[in-house]
Amino acid sequence: MRPKSEAELAALVASAAGPVRICGGGTRAIGASVDGQLLSVEGLNGVTLYEPGALTIVAQAGTPVAEIDAVLAAEGQRLAFEPMDHCGLLGTDGRSTIGGVVAANVSGPRRIQVGACRDSLLGVRFVDGAGRVLKNGGRVMKNVTGYDLVKLMAGSWGTLGVLTEVSLKVQAIPEAVGCVLLRRLEDRAAVAAMSAALGSPYDVSGAAHAPVGVDGSPVTMIRIEGLESSVTYRSEKLKALLAATGAEISVERSAESVAAGWQWVRDVALMQADGGDVWKVSVKPSDAPDLVAQIQRAHPESKVLYDWGGGLIWVQCPEGSDLRGFDFNGHATLVRASQDTRKRVTTFQPEPKPLAEISKGLRDKFDPRGILNAGLMG
Amino acid sequence: MEMPTPNPDILGRKAQIVEKLGQILPRDAVISDPAETRAYECDALTAYRCPPLAAVLPATTQEVAAVLKLCHAEGVPVVPRGAGTSLAGGAMPTADAIILGVARMNEVLETDYDNRFIRVQTGRTNLSVSGAVEEQDFFYAPDPSSQLACAIAGNIAMNSGGAHCLKYGVTTNNLMGVTMVMMDGEVVEIGGAHLDAGGLDLLGVICGSEGQLGVVTEATLRILRKPEGARPVLMGFDSNEVAGQCVSDIIKSGILPVAIEFMDRPCIRATEAFAGAGYPDCEALLIVEVEGSDQEIDAQLGRIVGIAKTHNPVELRESASADESARIWLGRKSAFGAMGQINDYMCLDGTIPVSQLPHVLRRIGEMSKEYGLDVGNVFHAGDGNMHPLILFDANKPGDLEKCEAFGADILRLCVEVGGCLTGEHGVGIEKRDLMVDQYDPADLDIQMAIKDVFDPKWLLNAAKVFPLAVSDARRMASQ
Repeated sequence: MRPKSEAELAALVASAAGPVRICGGGTRAIGASVDGQLLSVEGLNGVTLYEPGALTIVAQAGTPVAEIDAVLAAEGQRLAFEPMDHCGLLGTDGRSTIGGVVAANVSGPRRIQVGACRDSLLGVRFVDGAGRVLKNGGRVMKNVTGYDLVKLMAGSWGTLGVLTEVSLKVQAIPEAVGCVLLRRLEDRAAVAAMSAALGSPYDVSGAAHAPVGVDGSPVTMIRIEGLESSVTYRSEKLKALLAATGAEISVERSAESVAAGWQWVRDVALMQADGGDVWKVSVKPSDAPDLVAQIQRAHPESKVLYDWGGGLIWVQCPEGSDLRGFDFNGHATLVRASQDTRKRVTTFQPEPKPLAEISKGLRDKFDPRGILNAGLMG
Repeated sequence: MEMPTPNPDILGRKAQIVEKLGQILPRDAVISDPAETRAYECDALTAYRCPPLAAVLPATTQEVAAVLKLCHAEGVPVVPRGAGTSLAGGAMPTADAIILGVARMNEVLETDYDNRFIRVQTGRTNLSVSGAVEEQDFFYAPDPSSQLACAIAGNIAMNSGGAHCLKYGVTTNNLMGVTMVMMDGEVVEIGGAHLDAGGLDLLGVICGSEGQLGVVTEATLRILRKPEGARPVLMGFDSNEVAGQCVSDIIKSGILPVAIEFMDRPCIRATEAFAGAGYPDCEALLIVEVEGSDQEIDAQLGRIVGIAKTHNPVELRESASADESARIWLGRKSAFGAMGQINDYMCLDGTIPVSQLPHVLRRIGEMSKEYGLDVGNVFHAGDGNMHPLILFDANKPGDLEKCEAFGADILRLCVEVGGCLTGEHGVGIEKRDLMVDQYDPADLDIQMAIKDVFDPKWLLNAAKVFPLAVSDARRMASQ
């Protein structure tokens, strides 16, 4: 099924005889494979409204992210939350769509400064499991009119409805960027350094640590964006602040190099080439080094990458390992694994019973027949 | 304002219900004397009042759970209350409802600067959250103008904003986790010190649900390091259109001020008479504030002033000191008081796309003449969150009704141009009946279906948010 309009999509869902598998660009194939007839949203394509002076863009769900990026770039703007491109990590091809980004609440390194995808999302239109066309939110920055289904739809992976249109807050591309690089810090010292930077007044827009960087040694990256003079001032201040770490510190000011470095973090390039499972673990940043130490004791060959100041850990580990067995507070998502593993290990962290019941209750209301991406989230 | 008829059965059982509450709470935590329940008859929307059956002031999450469990079993409606500063009637009770106030729960539970969060009980006031982390130069960003008095519980219920959310976002963008008591007394934990709790974003739907899904007793809030400094620039223009265009140009330039505030002539004149801040007598005034080190502020203000100059401002005043900054903010901060000095007023908070500012201000001016009621506009222009203040005389028969009709017309206009009914105050009872102007029946139905999941008996703050006629069947089914 490949509807060309929202009305056509609604009619298809309403008359669907069985389960439906929703697909945007097909780049984010995670979770156990879902049964059902393919419903592609790619036919709903195009930017419906863009007001640079109001920092808002509205686009149909099937619009490729690349197209949105291009439209925004022409006005010197961009999506603030820096969504990752999953193709390299998951070995998929196709073009990532904005509806897919929202459905998966995909947020990159700038998450720690500007929030997640859900924080940039201002409004949604979607078709629920009964085929009803529904809307929530709008295209204004502040909106508390009724319940906030906008946040609920972000990260619901199509299980509550098929997104047809999204409106997003955007931001201006800053005139300058810089990256403070600290070399050869061990994990605990690196997380402490990132905390110090994020707790400074210097408005850090990215803080990541690779125990094994591109050159094979540990590197900690702290990004600053803004006016040219501001970036110079803030990077010098951060250098002074972090001198106590004892690390060798340098500042990268080439926009291309900084962009390439953060794309490497964003798209988890470190884990693209080799096999094995890939997990994404969200924890309190200061807990991260302990959890990593536990994982590496059990799986010495695993690789890790810290983003979000330590709050997000990417882990590449041997096929079939279940990270949820380790002792930590937070949640782990299985992003890449064989079909066999995915059948055995749930993709998303199981929720405590009362929350699981609420979530099921919500899914039953939005999709009474249980036909939308059935089983993907539980 | 129409409210559901109180359930006579519950009114008749008042003595037993109060006694049962007394068995699960300390004696001084149950208020049932009509002379004392009057304190809970309204919130900051004072035009509408109704004393509750009783009020309770639990001191712990366990006590809240015990109260809700009892009310659930007895079928008694509950209206949660933070500090009672809602402008929308969010905490107004019905005669058969128990007010559940969280005012006694105001402790800081945990402060963590390394991971940049604070965990508090939700009766704590907004400003005292920042106060608790001030010694380390941190702050909690959402800053509603009632921040001295309003409680975090109410901020979460209404998803409150403030003047500085252009840069820092509103409550939902700064809320990391909650402990919430469900109507049946079950205590749930959602989110916490880590980001983006797995599963459906329940935190996102709870924030802004106006106390209809559960009672939030503890919250994990994001705290931020204070900027090195902040300074405003004041600019005056001879038309609203030009000021609106200037706002749009500043935003497009790539500089993100922490606040862009807008005042129109009626408001400027009122505040001048009241506070004497030395504002120019012009059609429209903008206050734009930026943050950073001194040099960074100079650089940003330099750009902003450059943009403003292309719009021929009648006044341009850059602050060079803390004293000058305070004077620039003085009028804006006393605007509500100044309008209140002239007459009673009703404050709206419809939000519009920034591009529609001139059109909407012109239409409000025209409607003001048609209704014969004065209106002053002071608002957060950067995010399009309007605050028209309609002046009326509460002692003059018919004036309140006329003012409400005018207000409703303004809000419909906001929806018509692509905006919404409320940007930060919430729907409450005030804008309940206008929800049909923003949403189709199915859009409202799916929202009510969410309440069905969290509170199947529709006992929590049930007469709010949705038009009574729309929620009637669900509320009746529970009785």
